Amino acid sequence: MDMPSIWRTLDGGTRRAIVLVSLAYTLIAASFGALAVSGGLPLWVPIVMSLTVFAGASQFATVGVVFAGGGPVAAVLAGLVLNARLLPFGFALADSFGSRWWSRLAGAHLLTDASVGFVLPHRDPARRRAAFWAGNIAVFLTWNAGVALGAVAGDRVADTDALGLDAALPAILIALVLPALTSRDAPGRARRRAAPAGAALAVATTPLLPPGLPVLLALAALPLTLLGPRAGRNA
Amino acid sequence: MLPLTAIAVLAAGTLAFRLAGPLLHRRLAPGERTRALLADAATVLLVALVATAALTEGQGAAGWSRPAGVLVGGALALRRAPLLAVVVAAAGTTAVLRLCGLP
Repeated sequence: MDMPSIWRTLDGGTRRAIVLVSLAYTLIAASFGALAVSGGLPLWVPIVMSLTVFAGASQFATVGVVFAGGGPVAAVLAGLVLNARLLPFGFALADSFGSRWWSRLAGAHLLTDASVGFVLPHRDPARRRAAFWAGNIAVFLTWNAGVALGAVAGDRVADTDALGLDAALPAILIALVLPALTSRDAPGRARRRAAPAGAALAVATTPLLPPGLPVLLALAALPLTLLGPRAGRNA
Repeated sequence: MLPLTAIAVLAAGTLAFRLAGPLLHRRLAPGERTRALLADAATVLLVALVATAALTEGQGAAGWSRPAGVLVGGALALRRAPLLAVVVAAAGTTAVLRLCGLP
């Protein structure tokens, strides 16, 4: 499928989600580029890092460890722990990558938290694939453009916290994940049992564990989806 | 200092995490139950990610402005408001509260 037909396959809601997420990511990416360069890293570091690692939270964390005086090993470990959640995400979206080796490789490199938000609301395989590719390519292009712009502009980039952007991204993700949580069928009920418990566990353990691990620990609540009435009965 | 080899190791490790699913999915050929469980796992992880992103900063609390903004955005999303309204309300609430001096 070419890009225009992928875009035509998408419903209006998914298109708007992709545009808004890309916009928010561009601004956050610019702040990452500015932060890295004004902290003393050479211009190419944030740019090469964004192109090759392409995982926002781990980029902030890695650079943060370096600025705090940690060595490269500690910095890389912090980034890897944060990115471990991409492993279960890859399994959950595995049907959307396409079957050729290069589409799986390219799709894997583009996988982010936002991919899950774009794909999860859809059941139809063609829609899932279209949302996966259109969303991921848009986020990849805008994220890297934002980082490059921010790195070049340096200190002239606006403070994204003053704009409240750190609240915008979680709010977008809530809107994207809500359909999976609020459906009245058995899967919806199962997720409503597990997700709040997992979130509470993650927040409660945040002060105790290195960044990244608390979110993974939320998976301990997954057995709660298996309790209660089985799918199909009483649905 | 962040040498190129460090970036390369982080990039390779991250790609391995991302590639495991699409590579092993076919070979493991998960059934309907397993696939449903994987979708549930993604939902649980995403909700936990939202909760920690909204409430925490590093290993401490995120203050009041950000959770308040996310709460307003989330309430609008629950009432099926358009996504643009959700984003503007969340960011706007947080920005105004910060302007007023709330952490």
